[in-house]
Amino acid sequence: MIKNISNLGDAALYCDFGNEVNKSINSQVIKYFKTIKEKKFEGINNLTPSYNKLIISYDLKKTNFKELKNYVENINPEDSIDINSKKLEIPVCCHENFSMDIKRLEQILKLSREKILENFLNKEYFCYMTGFIAGMPFLGDLDENMRAQRLETPRVKVPKGSVALTEQFANIYTFESPGGWNILGNTPLDIFDSSKEDKPNLINPGDTVIFKEITLDQYKNYNE
Amino acid sequence: MSSNYLDIIRPGINTTFQDKGRDHLYHIGIPFSGAMDNRNYLIANKLVNNNLDSAVIEFAYQGPHIKYSGEKINFAITGDVIFLIKKKDTEIEGKCYESYLIENGDEINIISTNKSVYGYLALGGEFDLKFQWNSCSINTKANIGSNDGKKLDVGQRINLKKINSNKDIKKTNYINTKIENIRVIKGTNFDYFSEEGKKIFYEKEFTVSKLSDRMGMRLEGPKIDNVVNTNIKSEGLIKGVIQVPADGNPIIMLSDHGTIGGYPKIGVVASVDYDRLVQMCPGSKIKFKEINLSDAETLFKLYEMETQNLLSQI
Repeated sequence: MIKNISNLGDAALYCDFGNEVNKSINSQVIKYFKTIKEKKFEGINNLTPSYNKLIISYDLKKTNFKELKNYVENINPEDSIDINSKKLEIPVCCHENFSMDIKRLEQILKLSREKILENFLNKEYFCYMTGFIAGMPFLGDLDENMRAQRLETPRVKVPKGSVALTEQFANIYTFESPGGWNILGNTPLDIFDSSKEDKPNLINPGDTVIFKEITLDQYKNYNE
Repeated sequence: MSSNYLDIIRPGINTTFQDKGRDHLYHIGIPFSGAMDNRNYLIANKLVNNNLDSAVIEFAYQGPHIKYSGEKINFAITGDVIFLIKKKDTEIEGKCYESYLIENGDEINIISTNKSVYGYLALGGEFDLKFQWNSCSINTKANIGSNDGKKLDVGQRINLKKINSNKDIKKTNYINTKIENIRVIKGTNFDYFSEEGKKIFYEKEFTVSKLSDRMGMRLEGPKIDNVVNTNIKSEGLIKGVIQVPADGNPIIMLSDHGTIGGYPKIGVVASVDYDRLVQMCPGSKIKFKEINLSDAETLFKLYEMETQNLLSQI
């Protein structure tokens, strides 16, 4: 449930579901997101669900904080709402051409490369949210012994398709972008496709993702 | 083949097509985009008898030099911009907020914006552009929108699919006002900062850094000290949010911003001041002034009425 609604500036509602990051809180956020999106309230511009917050931005010419807060407070998302979750297998190649931060991870986690991959691959991760850059999924949770901080100095360019880790999360860089996560491998799949306007994102909040390892040859032949 | 088109002789530094922007996409990571300075965007379209949501050419600092081919057409430039109109035997300096007629072979050379960042070039008609999610706005970071999501380049040809039959010359004597105080509403992590840091935020001057673009405006000045945590769990952002990362220098989110972020939010720029904020060029001094939500709402209403008034007089 929403614990508190406050204003983020003069054109957005800040719906706070708590401070923890877990599936049950995040599922509530996603349910609210889907319910409100479905109702198409006049004046809402954008809904941004994240781990434990929902930001609702609106057109100040059409509505205001008081009216929208009152509206959101009276919404009761039903438990039966379909959070429309898919299970997806994502091929990932962890060849040294791609796993740019494997040495750093070996040092920080005090685990061998083999052990890191064993811990990471073939496990189910939950998609908490997508964003920052278009289509980037935030997946969790990594095992306790797999949690590393961001790079001290972020890279100016992280290659498209990079699969990377930080703290309890994994993500996938949907296109080349700056970034500071620890890069473990690369997927040949297009995670974001702007030509598919109705469904540009392969992975959506609520989905489950499993990473399956592929060889360099399989990677090279993937899109042929 | 279109018989009315523009050829880009010089593209300028950051020249893109922009319109009203795209909404309902933050949840997949796609920002609003659209014209940075909304008021100047609307006036530009009105001056050439366009629909107010038509696409225009937005430029930053140095603008494009273009050559027009085709039937007679209106154009107008808004902002604080120095530009030349070159006809067969003459070259004149153009004035902003006036529409002009150009014909086959004429050139528009947009030299630069004057102590501001963005200017707008509207043509009386519709460019032939690809739309993505109901908008042709170019987002160069995600390569979304018209022109394959890339800024305009030298040698490109841009077709018009339609030109307006109404070629009335229009003019308005609008003057861009400059402001030093940017009004802000307290952010959701305001209490993360030290008492000294909060004081600095409202009392000291900040300078707009060169590292500013359509995604964000970085500020330099006294450091704002965070006493709680320099990171939060990533959450949604909107344009105007002022984040303060660990280095203590504020960053203001602008129209192409990342949709989520994990730095504490000290404040949010009031909507009334957004158009003028984005026009502040590197080296400009900014001071923040706190206002409450209800004042921010009232001020925006007045600003919006003023915009509508301006448009109705054109």
